[in-house]
Amino acid sequence: MKKIRVLVAKPGLDGHDRGAKIVARALRDAGMEVVYTGLHQTADQIVNTAIQEDVDVVGLSLLSGAHMTLFIDVAVLLKEKKMDDVLIVGGGIIPEEDVPALRKAGIAEVFGPGTPVDDIVRYIKKNVKR
Amino acid sequence: MDEKETISQIHQKQREWEKQRYSKAIQENPERKQKFKNLSEMEIKNIYTPEDIKDLKYLKDIGFPGEYPFLRGVHPNLYRGRLWTMRQFAGFGSAEETNKRYHYLLEHGETGLSVAFDYPTLYGYDTDHPLARGEFGKCGVAISSLVDMELLFHGIPLDKITTSMTINGPAAIIWAMYIANAENQGISKEKIGGTIQNDILKEYIAQKSYIFPPEPSMRLIVDTFEYGYKNVPKWNTISISGYHIREAGSTAVQELAFTLGDGIEYVKAAMNRGLMIDDFAPRLSFFFNAHNDFFEEIAKYRAARRIWAKEMKGLGAKKPRSLWMRFHTQTAGCTLTAQQPEINIVRVTMQALAAVLGGTQSLHTNSMDEALALPSEKAVRIALRTQQIIAEESGVTSTVDPLGGAYYVEWLTEKMEEETYKYFDKVQRLGGVIPAIEKGFFQREIAESAYRYQKETDENQRIIVGVNRYTLDEKPSIPILKMDEKGEERQIHRLQKLRKDRDNPKVQRHLQQLRKAATGDENLMPFILDCIHSYATLGETCDVLREVFGEYKEQAIY
Amino acid sequence: MTELSKKVIDGDQRSIARLITLVENNAADAVETMKKIHSHTGNAQVIGVTGVMGSGKSSLIFELALAYRAEGKKVGIIAIDPTSPFSGGALLGDRIRMTELSTDDGVFIRSMGTRGMMGGLTGALYDVVEILDAAGMHVILIETVGVGQDEVDIVKIADTTLVVLVPGLGDSVQTIKAGLMEIADIFVVNKADKPGVEQTIAELESMLDLVGHLDHRTPIVATSAKNKKGIKLLTSKITEHQEYLKKSNAFEIRRRQRYEAELVEIIRKRLMDFIFDEKKLKTTVDSCIDQISKKELDPYSAADQILGKILR
Repeated sequence: MKKIRVLVAKPGLDGHDRGAKIVARALRDAGMEVVYTGLHQTADQIVNTAIQEDVDVVGLSLLSGAHMTLFIDVAVLLKEKKMDDVLIVGGGIIPEEDVPALRKAGIAEVFGPGTPVDDIVRYIKKNVKR
Repeated sequence: MDEKETISQIHQKQREWEKQRYSKAIQENPERKQKFKNLSEMEIKNIYTPEDIKDLKYLKDIGFPGEYPFLRGVHPNLYRGRLWTMRQFAGFGSAEETNKRYHYLLEHGETGLSVAFDYPTLYGYDTDHPLARGEFGKCGVAISSLVDMELLFHGIPLDKITTSMTINGPAAIIWAMYIANAENQGISKEKIGGTIQNDILKEYIAQKSYIFPPEPSMRLIVDTFEYGYKNVPKWNTISISGYHIREAGSTAVQELAFTLGDGIEYVKAAMNRGLMIDDFAPRLSFFFNAHNDFFEEIAKYRAARRIWAKEMKGLGAKKPRSLWMRFHTQTAGCTLTAQQPEINIVRVTMQALAAVLGGTQSLHTNSMDEALALPSEKAVRIALRTQQIIAEESGVTSTVDPLGGAYYVEWLTEKMEEETYKYFDKVQRLGGVIPAIEKGFFQREIAESAYRYQKETDENQRIIVGVNRYTLDEKPSIPILKMDEKGEERQIHRLQKLRKDRDNPKVQRHLQQLRKAATGDENLMPFILDCIHSYATLGETCDVLREVFGEYKEQAIY
Repeated sequence: MTELSKKVIDGDQRSIARLITLVENNAADAVETMKKIHSHTGNAQVIGVTGVMGSGKSSLIFELALAYRAEGKKVGIIAIDPTSPFSGGALLGDRIRMTELSTDDGVFIRSMGTRGMMGGLTGALYDVVEILDAAGMHVILIETVGVGQDEVDIVKIADTTLVVLVPGLGDSVQTIKAGLMEIADIFVVNKADKPGVEQTIAELESMLDLVGHLDHRTPIVATSAKNKKGIKLLTSKITEHQEYLKKSNAFEIRRRQRYEAELVEIIRKRLMDFIFDEKKLKTTVDSCIDQISKKELDPYSAADQILGKILR
């Protein structure tokens, strides 16, 4: 039986994991298999994990403001490794004006503060590529 | 007046009132909710009367401000004598930029400084460390060496203003930089005042900016207590925090219980080292959240004061100051919305008022744009004005503990104390705070509360204005803070120049001495100060300690 | 699919991961590839790590992996966490303790949910072990769910089973399920820096005295994963166990048992797929279940009916 596999990752030094953990739990409650990386992940670590775990979705969570560098690092590396069938989404404290650049780099959707977790679940179920 | 008779009369009358008036009223206006609960899941009644607090004795349980059990406050005339310190947490980009913001805030009436550091600094990495990639100055100011500290406080009289620094893992080192900078300016250690957060236990539990494992971290903290009371007497060497525990999703009771529990743990650790409680306890301070449920927060602060006084007395403290729970408050960041950001001003106002009615010594009010970015000048000015309006225009400062005696508030204060002691027992049975952390107890409690809060919000059981009701389709259009793009480059240049120009053999010597001392049990502060005075960087100093102490890795708790 | 099997044997991580997903999802495509890689298996040493929650299995596995890497060995790690019986989802967080290994290309870590299989092991686990084996892993470490009674199944797949305990976790040796104690090839007392170590070891020793092993007394190793203590001793005991197995033909017996279990599992899966397939027997099964509910039929006769259709 096919299950959606999601990687929830916290890139960089940001230690705020309340949201990432809540999302991970909600995705689990929606029947998905969620690999949670824990804190302080480099782009290499995130992408290698995504490869080994053969995930359908990579979810990046960041509240420290470093998303333009770190999210894009991950998206670029995933592309390099030809992981084109992986859906990339992000969340955290990300100003609206940064979203277009993130989308251009390959992050399909950004879920800001106040997003109901069900929206994220629905989005993933609808947009998973495989 | 026969008290007992009065209570039973009230009880009697209430039954009648419930039958006659209340039951009619709820038929005409049925209750909007099945249960009215506060944020600690306590059910709140329709009305509170003297019967709800019938066992309270004013002199024993409530008392006067400035006297045990300090329920009504630690200062007899509180804001009538001196307003709380208006201390806005600030920091971004490079030291020069943040220095400008500090001058701005001081011009606009803040009365104390508060430093926010960026992530690399919080973790003890210099700006040019590979792990610092993309993080320079994003959520605070980057401080890699004494040079940066000098720039940060340029033009600010450190003998006339106090500074709070939110730093934990490398707290001792950043403190050393502050002290060294003051000394270089000709201001002696005895004259400087301020606070370092330096509360590692809550890092493992909630904020996660730890570096070393628990034992060596506790050793460093006790080193700072000792160094502090002996050499820097006006300094609060710890700010035992509940703010972050709350932000991670805990309830108000959990915030109260876990914070005070951590505090007791620090006191015991210091006493185990042989320090006398009355020597260091007067310089312990606290840091609480000001969240949404207005009266719950006020009751929380009051209960905190009484519980702390009781516990410290129980541990043998004799000096009155050792029993004082003095605290800083910050309004709850996690309640701010990205939607319709202007209305955050209203949230912050109510939260700030709760803190003032709770008797806070120092206050930070969040800016309206903080769910989007770091505060712009205008937003932080409005946040400051919020405090000033409460102070000058609302009249709440005219009397101490204005809600004392309110049946609801006194009942709630008792309840919060009761629930706190239940948590104390639980943690005790798990073997104490550090074993409980290792078993993931606090982390699990917090994750459960956080998840429940989210579910209630998503199911519209909890209304957040602008998010799940009274929404607006337009995108927020307020100006977002822009940082100087050249800041990182400048900082790296500065670092490279520093490493070239300083007396490197001296630096190495002092680092070596620190390394040796760290393996023993001498107080490390003098060694750290030597390193800093010779311009060793934050990263270099922390690396020595990382070598000796190791690094902490957390477990997975959802 | 030949392509895929070649890539797996070459050790291409993407292909290994893909094949694992296919076998987890019970994909028909996987079968051909699995057939092709079997001849490349049999070289990896399979070590099962089991024990109660909180015994520090993940950290221990991390340290073991580092030790094996230092010997130049390639390491596969399978970390298993329970699948929620309600939602069918799973939170797989064991990698948190192994972050540094994510970028070592001599290590392959895969997290798996139990996906509702009884026994705490996933049905696909045998396949995943074969895949990692064929891909060139010298050592495969399997971390199980840690719920206690299901651990017993790990013995079917592992060459060496480690049972991890901690001093003073509230469970003393006696309260740990009997089956768990018997399957241990090595007892590991982890977090040995904590008080109560000697007592735990003494309790284990006296239990071993009672049970009395005929030829090979189960070794007890004290470790502290966080202080990196006892790891070398542990790997040498694992090696000793391997040698003991090989010398005493117990190795052959165990491998036979593993292949038997694997075969049984494949047959069982196929049988179940067949029986519960809509196009095949599901309608018969459903109507049998209806009849059983109405007491018109008993379960044994129902089974006769269903199996009768297959075993003609």
